[in-house]
Amino acid sequence: MTALLEVGDLTVRLRLGDEHREVITGTTFQIAAGEAMGLVGESGSGKSMTAKAIARLLPAGAQVSGSVTFDGADVLALQGAELRRHRARVAVVFQDPRAHINPVRRIDDFMTESLRILGDVPRAEARRRAAAALEEVGIDDPAKRLRQFPHELSGGMLQRVMIATALLSEPRLLLADECTTALDVTTQAEVMAILDDLRRDRGLAMLFITHDLELAGAVCDRTTVVYAGQIVETRSSQRLHDDPLHPYSAALVQARPDITATAPRLNAIPGRPVSAFEAPGGCRFAPRCPHALDSCREHDQQITELDAGRVRCERAADLRGRLLASYSPGPSSPGEAAHA
Amino acid sequence: MPDEPILSVRGLRKEFGAHVAVDDLSFDLHEGRSLAVVGESGSGKTTVARMIVGLERPTAGVIVACRRDRSRPARGGAERKRRGREVQIVFQDPYASLDPRQSGAVLVDEVLRVHHNHDAATRRRITGELADLVGLDQRQINALPRDLSGGQRQRLAIARALATDPRVLILDESVAALDVSIQAQVLNVLADIRDERGISYILISHDLAVVRQLTDDAVVMRKGVVVEHGPTGRLLDDPQHPYTRMLRASVPGPGWKPTRTLRTSPAAQ
Amino acid sequence: MSVLTVNHVARRRARLGALGWASLAVVTAAVLLAILGPALRPFDPNLADLSFANVGPYGAHVLGFDGQGRDLLSRLFVGARTTLSGAAFVALVAIVAGSLIAVVTAWFGGIVDATASAALDVLFAFPGILLAVVAAAILGPGLLSAGLALAVAYIPYVTRVLRGAALKERAMAYVAALEVQGFSAWRLCLRHLLPNISGLIIAQGTILFGFAMVDLAAVSFLGLGVQSPQADWGVMISDGKSGLLQGYPLESLSAAVSIVAVVSAVTFLGERLEARAKESRR
Repeated sequence: MTALLEVGDLTVRLRLGDEHREVITGTTFQIAAGEAMGLVGESGSGKSMTAKAIARLLPAGAQVSGSVTFDGADVLALQGAELRRHRARVAVVFQDPRAHINPVRRIDDFMTESLRILGDVPRAEARRRAAAALEEVGIDDPAKRLRQFPHELSGGMLQRVMIATALLSEPRLLLADECTTALDVTTQAEVMAILDDLRRDRGLAMLFITHDLELAGAVCDRTTVVYAGQIVETRSSQRLHDDPLHPYSAALVQARPDITATAPRLNAIPGRPVSAFEAPGGCRFAPRCPHALDSCREHDQQITELDAGRVRCERAADLRGRLLASYSPGPSSPGEAAHA
Repeated sequence: MPDEPILSVRGLRKEFGAHVAVDDLSFDLHEGRSLAVVGESGSGKTTVARMIVGLERPTAGVIVACRRDRSRPARGGAERKRRGREVQIVFQDPYASLDPRQSGAVLVDEVLRVHHNHDAATRRRITGELADLVGLDQRQINALPRDLSGGQRQRLAIARALATDPRVLILDESVAALDVSIQAQVLNVLADIRDERGISYILISHDLAVVRQLTDDAVVMRKGVVVEHGPTGRLLDDPQHPYTRMLRASVPGPGWKPTRTLRTSPAAQ
Repeated sequence: MSVLTVNHVARRRARLGALGWASLAVVTAAVLLAILGPALRPFDPNLADLSFANVGPYGAHVLGFDGQGRDLLSRLFVGARTTLSGAAFVALVAIVAGSLIAVVTAWFGGIVDATASAALDVLFAFPGILLAVVAAAILGPGLLSAGLALAVAYIPYVTRVLRGAALKERAMAYVAALEVQGFSAWRLCLRHLLPNISGLIIAQGTILFGFAMVDLAAVSFLGLGVQSPQADWGVMISDGKSGLLQGYPLESLSAAVSIVAVVSAVTFLGERLEARAKESRR
């Protein structure tokens, strides 16, 4: 079965003044129809830019190479009416709802706009569909909410509105870019549940972008970890969490404190996350990796298949099964901690 | 008096016009122990922190730190400074909590000069000790904030807070804005500092995992009111109040699946 | 954190560009003229010979003569000092007073802010030139009364811009952190708040300088500022009125072009400075 979304060797360089800086390097992955994949990374990993590349929302002057194929169409080559249709079929929900909604227009204007303009749906019908969508995301009294302005709604409610709006155009792929990061944890759980339900009901595929490995694991069957613009591991969420193959995935798993028990210290790796253009040659994670050898620093790492997943580490087979136990919590010295 | 708390709050209340941000909060913090104030947005937890350090004036209630009452604004520079030597704070945003024109060395030096009469050599020595304590090297302590990363800036903010050797340090979501791998480093630094200096933390946070890592006791707030309090471990393993249960149940973890709460429940909106 | 703001990426500073360098050259020339003008002038600016009235360029008299037969170039050179120092005086007074009020109202807020804002709102209603006319009527005409009146008229504009920046700075976490350290309001305003808006203050000052030059020239044109026969570019425009009507535009024109050139250059530089001030934060 051909995948709904196929990203092949995607490389993105952003313009900064006269220069271009690489933020995504040679990224390849697929998402099947109805599948949810988590994309997990920290600052500089390029995860948000990946979503923007798929939705054709990159900033002006960005250089893109490689291929993005959605439902058979070459996304990077789309223009005009086809591009608009593409944006209806690939819906995006961003982190800060208030930054993506016009504060001087009412909610119903915002929600029905694309339906009326692109779909030629009459206003009354569009409003009916909007009200139905608000009900689905758990908003009471949709008629009242539709007449309100964005500032009258809380962050959590506004994010539900954004999700409802995203679903109005009957998309086949949802790109969720840190869409719950700015929400309270209880609201986050609620919004995640809504996304999960709606996704299953509609057979919607989803690319769920987050810095929270466990959150991705909760709603996505498959998780991809990115570092410095490259994919470092792709595996089933469960296995990635229990038995990571890449040292960075292991570091992410161990960086979070355990809520069920108190440990005196955490297994923290030194240094700070870097972007693709700041990373050294050879393995980009090597400066922070406790298992790095000279050969790691010399060779650009390639993706290999291992244990029903893919990993970018030449030592993965050797290190397998040992990564979670390996970071020893010693006293932090100025040298170790100083890089962050 | 070994049993007297280093910081104690009784009946603390803050009103902003008609809105009650904090209502009847009481707790004790004992020396060497750490306390979490847990809540979501609108819980009043940040207002509590601001009242304790004097940035906000309580409408009612008593705050006592290091055996001195600080419920009313300080009278005079000497008292203001003394309070600054007792309780300090580290804020959430690493990009706004440092004066962009001052390097770490300069800012620590200024804090020391305002409080003490040390000579230059002593100040340099103390600056060096603080830099070591938070894990900043020579280059970083002499760099301007704009040349430092988020994690490094927070370390500098911690160093500044510790410059006067306070007994209590309030951490107002101090690691929330950091990348996960950096957060772990800074949490370790905080643990080391506590071991070395015996300082007491008040951690303001919504992140239950961090709360578990760093604190002995916790107070859970919702819309300005305390709904539950107790030892952190017990609170998280066996929460009693429905709100605490809901908070705990909202934390992603192995085997966790998000579920929708009742639509009409006020907590859900 | 967007990858484009990673800290050790080289910061892009607003570049000066060709226009910027040209402006800098003009401003430098003007400043030099203000300082050295009286020493460099080729002829006595006050020596009037009516037989040469309105005569065009003639030998060493590069620009010719004004309506009174005085060497035009020398009057321009000497007039630079009065014109430029007058404008500088106005800008300085307005900036200093405006910054002080902005910082104090931003710091204390509440009733202090409300009262000051109300007072400034009243002041907004008076155009500078009107105040200059009133000042001339009360204190007598002259550069000082005109200058003070204009400075006072400018204060609300300065304060409006700077108060916004000061309020934003006041709300920053580092100010709160230093308050908790026990720093006095004095130290915080002087050593932390002011320096962090200094880029904006300087930028505003240069822009104000441009406005002041034009307004002072207008006031002098009306006969209320610098008085004839003192050489001053505004006065020269006024003095050249009759010559203009008779077809001898050089006196008014040369003074006007000088004013326009300096004002444009200073304003352009001021806006560049403002852009840099905003950009170099964080």
